Amino acid sequence: MSYLELLKLAAPETIVVLTALVVLTIDLTSMRGLDTRLRFVIGGMLTCAGCAAAIAWMLVMPAHANALQGMLVVDPLTQLVKIAVLALTIFTVLISIESNFTTHVGEYLALILLATVGMMFLVSAEDILMIFVSLELISLSLYVLAAFNKRYIKSAEAALKYFLFGGMSAAFMLFGLSLLYGLSGSTNLGQIATALAGKELDPLLIVAIVMTVIGFGFKVAAVPFHLWAPDTYQGAPTPSAAFIASGSKVASFFIFAKVMLLGFAGAEGSGAFHAYAAGWVPVIAIVAGLSMILGNVVAIVQSSVKRLLAYSAIAHAGYMLLAVLSHDQQAVASLIYYAVTYGLTTIGAFGVVAVVESGAGDDKLSSFAGLSRRAPVVSLCMMIFMLSLAGIPPLAGFFGKFYVFTEAIKSGAPNLGLLWLVILAIAMSAVSLYYYLQVLKQIYVADATKGTNTQPFLVPWVTQITLAILALGVVLLGCFPGWLVGLIEHAITSSAL
Amino acid sequence: MLAWTIYISFLGVLVLMLLPQGNASAARKIAMLSAVAGLLVALAGFIQAAPEIKLGKIVTVANADWIHSLGIRYDLAADGISLTLVLLTGLAAVAGILFSWNIEHRAKEFFAFYLALIGGVYGVFLSFDLLLLFMFYEIAIVPKYFIIAIWGSTRKEYGAMKLALYSFVGSAMVLVGLIAAYVVSGAHTFNVLELAKYPFPRDFQMWAFPLVFVGFAILAGMWPFHTWAPTGHVAAPTAASMLLAGVVMKLGAYGCLRVAMTLFPEGLEAWKTWVAVLAVIGIVYGAMVALVQKDFKFVIGYSSVSHMGFVLLGLVTLNTIGLSGAVLQMFSHGIIAGLLFAVVGRMVYDRTHTRELSVLAGMNLVKAMPFAAVTFVIAGCASMGLPGFSGFVAELQVLIGAWKAFPTLAVITGIGIVIGVAYTLRAMQKAFFGEAEAQPSEDHDEYHELAPISVPERFGAVMLIGVSLLIGLYPRLLLDVIVPSFNSPLFEWLKKGGAQ
Repeated sequence: MSYLELLKLAAPETIVVLTALVVLTIDLTSMRGLDTRLRFVIGGMLTCAGCAAAIAWMLVMPAHANALQGMLVVDPLTQLVKIAVLALTIFTVLISIESNFTTHVGEYLALILLATVGMMFLVSAEDILMIFVSLELISLSLYVLAAFNKRYIKSAEAALKYFLFGGMSAAFMLFGLSLLYGLSGSTNLGQIATALAGKELDPLLIVAIVMTVIGFGFKVAAVPFHLWAPDTYQGAPTPSAAFIASGSKVASFFIFAKVMLLGFAGAEGSGAFHAYAAGWVPVIAIVAGLSMILGNVVAIVQSSVKRLLAYSAIAHAGYMLLAVLSHDQQAVASLIYYAVTYGLTTIGAFGVVAVVESGAGDDKLSSFAGLSRRAPVVSLCMMIFMLSLAGIPPLAGFFGKFYVFTEAIKSGAPNLGLLWLVILAIAMSAVSLYYYLQVLKQIYVADATKGTNTQPFLVPWVTQITLAILALGVVLLGCFPGWLVGLIEHAITSSAL
Repeated sequence: MLAWTIYISFLGVLVLMLLPQGNASAARKIAMLSAVAGLLVALAGFIQAAPEIKLGKIVTVANADWIHSLGIRYDLAADGISLTLVLLTGLAAVAGILFSWNIEHRAKEFFAFYLALIGGVYGVFLSFDLLLLFMFYEIAIVPKYFIIAIWGSTRKEYGAMKLALYSFVGSAMVLVGLIAAYVVSGAHTFNVLELAKYPFPRDFQMWAFPLVFVGFAILAGMWPFHTWAPTGHVAAPTAASMLLAGVVMKLGAYGCLRVAMTLFPEGLEAWKTWVAVLAVIGIVYGAMVALVQKDFKFVIGYSSVSHMGFVLLGLVTLNTIGLSGAVLQMFSHGIIAGLLFAVVGRMVYDRTHTRELSVLAGMNLVKAMPFAAVTFVIAGCASMGLPGFSGFVAELQVLIGAWKAFPTLAVITGIGIVIGVAYTLRAMQKAFFGEAEAQPSEDHDEYHELAPISVPERFGAVMLIGVSLLIGLYPRLLLDVIVPSFNSPLFEWLKKGGAQ
C-alpha cells in the first residue's frame, strides 16, 4: 500500500491534525494582542470548520479498507462513529467559546483537536498496539484539558487525580494486552481470536481479560474504577468535563465493545441467572451492576451539579456496559445509539452548568434556584436534558435505554438469562429520576434564594443556539430514533463486524 | 379524527410556550380553546366511531411505521373503552381549566404543563401499540410533578415527589414486563392485538402478570400502593387534583385492563382472587380512613381510593357486566371526583384558606356559599351512589358482577358502601351545615369577604353535574359502546376462562 493511499484513508484524521496546528499557530502568532473572547470565537470557528471538513470528507468519500492489518480500518461503521465523535467535538467547542477560564485559547483548542484525533484513530483500530497508542493520545490530552483552569486549585487536583488513576490503569491495560500478545502471538484482534479459539479458559487468559477490563473500565468510569470521575468532573473546566464525558466515552465504548467482541470471541461465558459460566460476560455484568447501583445511589446526595453529572455518568456507563455484554451486532447498534445520544445530552447539560457558573459563580444545586425565570430557554433545554438522562419518553435517552435493555434480554433468550440485570437497570433508572428531578425542582419550583441577584441571565446567543440545537436533537432523536438506528444498522451490516 | 385530540393538546403546549411571560389572561384563553377543541373532537369522534364500535369492531385512528427495525408502530385505535375514557378526558380537561380560571402565578407554564398532561392522557387511551402507550403514559406523569410542586399547597414538594416516584416505580415494572413479553413472543411487534394472540408460557405469565398489573395498579390507587394518592391529591392545586382523580388514576386502571389482563390471561386467572381481595380492602379501608379525616380534601382523597377499588374489583370479576361496570365507574368517578375536588379546592379552600373540617364547621358556609353547598350536596349524593347519578349504575353493575364471581367479597363491599354514605354525610354536615358558633366579629367580617362563586365555576359545576345525571338516567349512551367492545377479538380470553 502506497503512502498516498494511506494518506487518503487517513485524510479525516490528517485534516483534524492540520486544523490543530493551524489554530495553534494563528493563535500564537497573530492573535496575541486580541481580546480573549475574540480569540475564542475565531479559534473556535476554525476548529469547527476543520471538524466539519473532516466530516464532509467522510461523507463525500466513503471508503472501505483495512490498512496494515488492522492498524487503520476504514469502513462505514468506523466512519459513522468518527462522524459522531467529530460532531460531539464541534458541540464541545461551541459551548467553550464563551468561557473565560483560560487565556491560552490556541493550546486549549489544539488539545481538544488532538484528543479528537486520538479518538478517531482509536475507533479505526483493530490492533492492540494501535489501540493503546490512541488511548494514550486521548488520555494525555484530556489530562491537560482537565488542568486548564490555572486559577482554580481544584482543577489541578482534578487533573492530578485523573492522571494518576489513568496512568495506573494504562499500566494494567498494557499488561493485559501484553499477555494477550503472548498467548496468541499477534496484535491483531481477529488473529488473537483465532489463536485463542477452542482453548480452555486458562489462568493467563483470565488475567488478560481482567486487566483489559480494568483498563477500559477506567476510561468509561465504571465501578470500581470510577474514583477519578467525580473529582475530575467537578474540578475540570466545564467544557473539558463535557468533552471527557461525551466524545471520549463514545470512542472508548466503541473500542471496548470491539475488543471484547472481536478479540475475546469465544471466551464470552455467560452471565445468565442460574446458568453462570466463566468468561468475560460475567465480569462485565458485575461491573455493570455495580456501576448502576453506586452511580445512581451516590448521585442522590450530591449538591454540586457537576458531581451529580459525574455519578450519573457512572450509572450510564453501567447501562452501556449492558450493551457490551449482549455481544451481538444489534447490541453494538444499541450501544452506539446510546453512547451518541448520551454524549449529546451530556454536552448540553454541561453547557447549562457553564451558563449557571458564569452567572451565579458556582455549580451548586442552590445556584440553579429560580433559573426558569432568569433564563427560560436554557431552563427548558436543561429540562429536556435531565428528563432524557432519566429515560423519559419520547426523548432520546428513553429510546437508548429501551433499545439496550431489549437487546440485553434478547441475548439471553429464550430463557431470559440477563433479565436480572435488566430489572436492576430499570429499577435503578427509576431511582435516578429522583436526583434529576432535584435539579429540575431547583430550576422550576424553587425561588431564587434571598440576597442573590435575581436579574435575568445574559446568555450569549451562541450558547443559547447551541443548547437549543442539542435539545432539539435529543427530542428528535427520541421521537424518530428510526433514522439513526437505521444508519447504524446499515453501517454495521455493510462493515461485517 | 380522534388523533387530533392529542395533536390539539400538544399544539396548545407549543403556542403557550411561545407566549410572552406574564400574560395570564391570554394563556388561559388559549388553554381553554385547546381543551374545548379537544372535547369537541372527542365528541365528534365518539359519534363518528360509535356505529362501528357497536358491532364490536376496533376503529383504527392512525397507523404508521415508527421504528421499523424494532417493529414499533404509531398505532392509534379505539374501541368502546378507549372512546369512553377519551370523552372523560375531554370533559375533565375543560372542567379543570374552568376551575383554575383564577390562576395568575406563572399561568403560562401552568397551562402548558396542564395541556401536556392532557395530551399524554389522550395518547394512552388511544394507543394500541404498547410501547406507544407506555410513552404517552410517561409523558402524562412528568407534568404532574411540576404542577403539584409549583402550584400546590400543603407539603407540595413531598406530595409531588412521592407521586412521581410511585408512578415511576410502577412504570419501571411495566417496562420490564413489556420488554420481556416482546422478547418472549418473538413477534417483533408491540401491537396489543398481535401480542394478545401469543400464548405466553404459564411460568412466564405467573410473574409477568402481577408485575405489569401492579405496575399499573399503583397509579390506579390499589391498596396497599395507594398512599401517594391522598397526599398527592391534597398537595395538588384544584385542577390537578381534578385531573389526578379524574383521569390519571384511570390511566392505571386502563393499563391493567388493556395490557396486563389482555396479554396474560392465565396469570390473571391465577391471581384474580388476590387482586379482588386487595380491591375490596381498598374499598373498605379507603372509606374507613375517609371517615376520620380532619382535612376536607383528605376525605375526598381517600374516597377516591375507595371508589377506585370498585374499578379494580369490576375488572377482575371477568364477566361482561362487572367489566363494563368497571369502565363505567372509571367514567363516573372521573366526573364526580372532579366535582368534589372542585368544590373543596376551588370553591371552599381558595376562599376560606382552610380545609380543616372543624374550622369550616364554624363558618356556616351554607349561608355564605349556597351554590357551593348545593353543588357539594349533589356531588355527595352522586358519590354515595344515589340512583339517578352515574355512580349508581356503575357500582351496581360492579356489585352484580362481583356477586357472580366472589360472593363473599361482594358482601364485604356492601359494608364499604355504607361507610361511604357515612363519610360523605359527615363531611357534608361538618363543612357546610355546621352550627354557626357565636363568632367574634373579625370572623364575621371574613365571612362577608368571601368572593362570590364566579361564572366559570358555576359553568363547570353545572356541566359536571349534568353529565353525571345524563349518564345516570340514560347509561346506555356509554354502555352501548362499552359492552360490545368486550366482544372484540381483544377479549377472546374473556370467553375462554373468564365466564365464571
